[in-house]
Amino acid sequence: MTNLHPDPAREPAQIELPAERRFPFSPWHPVLLPIALVMLIPMIWMVVTSFETISEARRFPPVLVPSSIQWQNYLDVLQDAPFIRWFINSTIVTTASVASNLLFCSLAGYAFARIPFFGRDAVFVLILVTLMVPFQVVMIPVFLIVKQAGLIDTLGGLILPNLAGAFGVFLLRQFFRSLPVELEEAAMIDGASRIGVLFKIVLPLSGPVLATLGVITFMWTWNDFLWPLITIYSSDNMTLQLGLTTFQGRHQASTNLLMAANMMTVLPTLILFFLAQRYFIRGIATTGLKG
Amino acid sequence: MARVAFDHVTKVFAADSVAVDDLSLEVDDGEFMILVGPSGCGKTTALRMIAGLEKATAGRIRIGDAVVNQVPPRDRDIAMVFQNYALYPHMTVYDNLAFGLRERKTPKAEVQRRVREVSEMLSLAELLKRRPAQLSGGQRQRVAMGRALVREPKVFLLDEPLSNLDAKLRVQMRAELKRLHGQLGITTIYVTHDQVEAMTLGDRIAVMSAGRLQQLGAPQDVYDHPVNLFVAGFIGSPPMNLVRGRADGGRVVAGTFEMQRPGTPDGEVVVGVRPEAFVLGREDLPVIEVVIEVVEPLGDEIIVHGTAEGSAARSGAEEDDLPPIASGSRAPITARFDPTARFQPGQRLRLGVEPDRVHVFDARSGLALAAPAAG
Repeated sequence: MTNLHPDPAREPAQIELPAERRFPFSPWHPVLLPIALVMLIPMIWMVVTSFETISEARRFPPVLVPSSIQWQNYLDVLQDAPFIRWFINSTIVTTASVASNLLFCSLAGYAFARIPFFGRDAVFVLILVTLMVPFQVVMIPVFLIVKQAGLIDTLGGLILPNLAGAFGVFLLRQFFRSLPVELEEAAMIDGASRIGVLFKIVLPLSGPVLATLGVITFMWTWNDFLWPLITIYSSDNMTLQLGLTTFQGRHQASTNLLMAANMMTVLPTLILFFLAQRYFIRGIATTGLKG
Repeated sequence: MARVAFDHVTKVFAADSVAVDDLSLEVDDGEFMILVGPSGCGKTTALRMIAGLEKATAGRIRIGDAVVNQVPPRDRDIAMVFQNYALYPHMTVYDNLAFGLRERKTPKAEVQRRVREVSEMLSLAELLKRRPAQLSGGQRQRVAMGRALVREPKVFLLDEPLSNLDAKLRVQMRAELKRLHGQLGITTIYVTHDQVEAMTLGDRIAVMSAGRLQQLGAPQDVYDHPVNLFVAGFIGSPPMNLVRGRADGGRVVAGTFEMQRPGTPDGEVVVGVRPEAFVLGREDLPVIEVVIEVVEPLGDEIIVHGTAEGSAARSGAEEDDLPPIASGSRAPITARFDPTARFQPGQRLRLGVEPDRVHVFDARSGLALAAPAAG
């Protein structure tokens, strides 16, 4: 006899389960599905329009199945605007911001989590307070600082204010505090320095939360429009979001080209989100709880 | 290998809680020293101060000839096994073992040789490629030991290393620890609240309570001659029977129990008798009359719980407010006999005690009065 197979005599018990359990989906799905659809419609419309001809794009009610796939739209966009330049700029700014946020927020978060120093908690509260100040309030002072640094209209001007953020410091500190401190003590006895403990023990155990911070920083920086708008004015230094608006101005009428440009802007975020969503969700769920 | 010494060491945590209070203690080179006491007695704090994980508030800590108060953990040349093992979860067993050596820039061939040596000594060779999550409790425990041993430290610190193991494994690892210490001869300081571990493992044991050292000595010595009520109540399982009494002109009386002990100062006393010191059918000895309430046959011995006239005394080492088996105004008495004896609940026993196996303590100070010659 094997225990792997259920005893046939027991099977009637399964039929007695509540009726809803017999659906192959959760009772939440019928509620969530329409909401998901509403959210998806603009997305689908963008994808469809980006492959349509200009006349199809303008028709109402909207054409949901284009007569032919117009790859040409994408080529037109690439030829018409310094799109590749903007893409590269966005990539540089975002990569630098993500990398520096991961590094500096780790260092600061670890110090706030584990190293006792005078005024630690007060400084940490101050950092948290900055989370409550809207960007519009600090925009002008930050602009003046960046100007002083001579970084207006450069990619450096976009990167500098985003090197580290209060949110990242907070997120990582909370996570680091949830790790068992004995691991770090064992490593210190084993001969590791503080910085060694951070890089060899703490960070390798912080994959999910680092992924979370990385994705959040990526999306924030990639989609940021306001700061590039006031810092950058030459076309060569624009990021995708900023470039897209100038493109919009010139192609008010060509909805299909506009949507093709939008597609190219959104795609990296989408890909990243799908790749990292496992960590993203788990990171949010475990932050502050035991790691 | 090295001596370790506490020299009037005090540790005060914030909010004025004194964890360790003026501790002076010397651990000889190669000695197996046990710090034992109930939880919160300061034993783990003392151990962490040797490791450098806590800073002493006052006093000096020496490893070898050097005062190490200001030396960071990694330069103290000590190794520690934590209660929860603290294995690095993202590393294989091999990397866990090799971590300390690599941090110290040991040549690769040497790392390999020593990891292999230690993993053979602790039968970990098969497990080197696994991660801690894939190991059983006993295996994790051995890896934690291996990680400490592989560095060949001067001092070996263990913080309740067996408390997370089931009873059978604990007995096995206890023997293993003793064997390893005999083989390597590293100065070892071992923290536990388990007095069986304390009795079996240590060359000497240091009994601590409320941050203070209560008694220091060879395990049998401490067992036979507890210097105060706390040590008497803490060391020994089942614990020593303690009954309130009076001393008057060299006569000690506690309930129906009466004996001559010349030289005992007059006043309130506590009379202590170990469970195994009682004998049956010896009317020539001082006798205590006990009514049996519960009989526990353990196979190799029988434990009898009963009550006697008198009132129980507290040693301060009791588990938190456990209700005593005896009820009412009588004193609980526990006695241990070999398994051939037969007892019934409700039965009355007259238990004799050799006078030199009776401990008498001053009721007020808790100090032992004229310690008897043998337990």
